[in-house]
Parts: sequence; C-alpha cells; structure tokens
Amino acid sequence: MEKIINITLKVWRQKGPKAKGYFETYQLNEISGDTSFLEMLDILNEQLIHQGKEPIVFDNDCREGICGMCSLYINGHPHGPDDLITTCQLHMRHFNDGDTITVEPWRSAAFPVVRDLMVDRKAFDKIIQAGGYISVNTGGVPDANAIPISKMDADEAMDSASCIGCGACVAACKNGSAMLFVSAKVSQLALLPQGRIEAKARAKAMIAKMDELGFGNCTNTRACELECPKGVSISNIARLNRQFLKAKFSD
Amino acid sequence: MYWLLNSSIGRKFIMSVSGIFLVLFLLFHMSMNMTLIFSSSAYDMICEFLGANWYAIVGTLILAGGVVLHIGYATWLTLQNRQARGTNSYASSSQTKTEWSAQNMYVLGVIILGGLLIHMFNFWYKMQFSELIHLEGAVTKGSELVIPLFSNPLYVLVYILWLVALWFHLTHGVWSSFQTLGWNGRTWYPRLKLISNVVATIIMIGFAIVPVFFLIKKL
Repeated sequence: MEKIINITLKVWRQKGPKAKGYFETYQLNEISGDTSFLEMLDILNEQLIHQGKEPIVFDNDCREGICGMCSLYINGHPHGPDDLITTCQLHMRHFNDGDTITVEPWRSAAFPVVRDLMVDRKAFDKIIQAGGYISVNTGGVPDANAIPISKMDADEAMDSASCIGCGACVAACKNGSAMLFVSAKVSQLALLPQGRIEAKARAKAMIAKMDELGFGNCTNTRACELECPKGVSISNIARLNRQFLKAKFSD
Repeated sequence: MYWLLNSSIGRKFIMSVSGIFLVLFLLFHMSMNMTLIFSSSAYDMICEFLGANWYAIVGTLILAGGVVLHIGYATWLTLQNRQARGTNSYASSSQTKTEWSAQNMYVLGVIILGGLLIHMFNFWYKMQFSELIHLEGAVTKGSELVIPLFSNPLYVLVYILWLVALWFHLTHGVWSSFQTLGWNGRTWYPRLKLISNVVATIIMIGFAIVPVFFLIKKL
C-alpha cells in the first residue's frame, strides 16, 4: 500500500557565502512514500514559487546515485538515514507521518556555503588536479590479460574507484578531513600497474594539496566509511598512509 | 624531515609512534607494579634501581619527551581539526554510529593527564625527584608509599576511574596507531581491533589488580 505522509521541514537558508544563515520551517502535505528526497524538495520549491517566495537552492544532477552532485545533511546523516545511497536515492518512505526533517548543507571550512544547501566543493577538484591522474601515455587499449593483475587488486581498485567525490566523508568527519576521498583517488590508481609508476609523487602531491586547502587531520573515527554512499573502506586510508610514509622515508 | 611538522600524515606519524612508545612504557610499569603483590622487597629493589641513577634519569627524560610530544601534537592536531571543521555546527547533531572513544580521544587524554599529575605528585616527586635534589625525606622504599595509599578506598576509586578512561583511550589508540602507520587493511582491521581491546584490558586489569589486592587485604 502506498504511504502518504505529512512532514515538517527545517531547512537551512543562506543568501550567500558571507550572509548569515538561518533555519526556515516549511509544512509539506500528502507526500507519497515513493517520492525521492530531491523530488520532495522540487515539490516544496514549486509550492514556494507559487507563493512568490525564493526557492531553495540545492545541488543535484544525475539523480541515480552516480554523479556525486547531491549532498544534504539530513537528520544527522550525510545523504540521510539510509545506508549506501546518495540523497537522490533516498525515498520518503523512510520517514513517518508528522516527522520533522532537518536539512542542512555540508559543514566544513573547506566547503563554504554558496547558497542555501549548495556548497562549493572545488577543493576536491584542486586535489585531483594536484596528482589524481596518470601523466604517462599508456598507448591504446592493450590486449586483455597481457599485464596480469590479481583479482584482489582489481576488485580493490574498482571499489576505490566507486568514489563519486560527493564529500559526504568530509561532512561526516568531526575533523573535516578529506582522507577517505584522497585515499580512494590514490588507491584506484596505485593498485594498478599504470598508476604505480607515479604512486609516490602522487601521494605526496595530493596530501600536500589536501593540507593546504585546510582539510583536517584524520583521527580514525570511521565516520567517513560509515556514511560513504559507496561504502569506500578506510583500508584505503591505511594504504595512503603507507604510501605517503614510504615516499617520505625514501626521499 | 620537515614533513613531520608540515604534513597531516607526518604529524599523525608522531602521534602514532609516541603513542606506541607510551603503551610499551605502560606495559613495563604494569609489570613492575605487579611484583608488589608477590614481594614488597622485590618491588623496593626495582624502585631503588629507578632512583636518582643516571640511567633512570635518562629514561625518565626520554619518557617525559614522549609524553610532551604526544600531548603537544594532540593539542596542535585538535586545534587544526576544529578549525577545519568550521564555525558552523550541525543543528541535527551527528547520528553516525562511531565509537564513543574515537570521538573523545582528547577529552580522555585530558583525564589521563590529570591522573598522571596526581600520580607524579604522590610518587615521583616524593621518590626520584626528592632524591635528585637531595630533599629531606626522599623515599627510596616504594612499598612504604604505595601500600598505605592503596589501602585508601577513595584513592583506589579515583585510580580505577582513571584506568577506565585509559582503557577507552587505548581501545581506540592502539589500532589507530597501526592504521596511521599504514599497517592496516581489510584483513588486519578486525585483528588490530582485537589486539587493541586485549592490550587495553591487560593494562587496565594489570594496574587495577594491585590496589584491589591491598584494599581486600586490609579488610
């Protein structure tokens, strides 16, 4: 049977990066349980536009959990209370009739609020630009299995590569640390032969950029891995630590 | 070697290594305390050995260095992390099911430091330090100081509460230090968690058993 709920929303509103933010409360009635969280916000925005009010600004794009654009800190969880999904994959059936839902932007010094629920995540792009790529020309597609890669390495690299760079790890972390993101981006390359050549320089460059941009120091609380919509593991962080220390000690 | 100061992993490396060093010291100190149960003369021999001798002084200085490094870096990292977190806090406070100890390492550290200061005043000041500056009434027989203190229920209670804080600190700290050194992964994580809990429990029980023994003996 379809679930229909009435909810109260407490949404963070902020005119601009420098403006002072505040919570605004909205009432939303007869929301179907099959509505996604972002569709629910669309409904709210239409309602606001009809009332002649400013709609709520929030990031979104693919709406199928692969682009990493949506964010939102919902009721104490990045991407909401459900596990291993992004906000666009969260459905209203996870809430009950009469619930008050608090919606906030990612809060971290390195992710300043642009407007309302939208934050500036360019810091992640800058970290990638610092070394999250392979600069050697690896030529065309090689013959399959010409370079043997163990199943374990291949799987681990794929798991790391599933990071969509949404920033939930930073949002969840009490230290505002980006270690889970950086370690996933380092691991997806370092585990494979093409990426191994520059592994040391990459780890050093990306960590240096991460520190420079004002992300915090990881204290291994595991909040990131528990909230990651793609289930990226902190074993990546251990790998990054290992590579960075090896690189520094071999200098 | 500037990277130990100006990179996040470098600073954490210092935290990790100094932490492991302090855990090893705790294990030594625990073993030493436990001799008191079997023989107070053996305990006094160790106390004398660790009096105002050059090797004991060097050891004390290295240990003090480890403590200062660990606390200094902890404070520095915590301040940086607070800054990185930003001034806006979440209205819907974090519901992420992290471990309590992992979230409160600095607070636990402050409690441990408090206990450490009481301990330094009660024992180290009256023993090694007094002997070193030739203060009158320097105690060389450790058992004369320890046994009366450990027969005081209030002191034992504070001591055990302190050990509980230490237990929480170590259950996170031990595996976390290996994670920081890069010695972790999907296979090692559960193993290190177990090792952490075992080490923390051994240290807690090993220290607690001595005052409990003397308290019961007095009854």
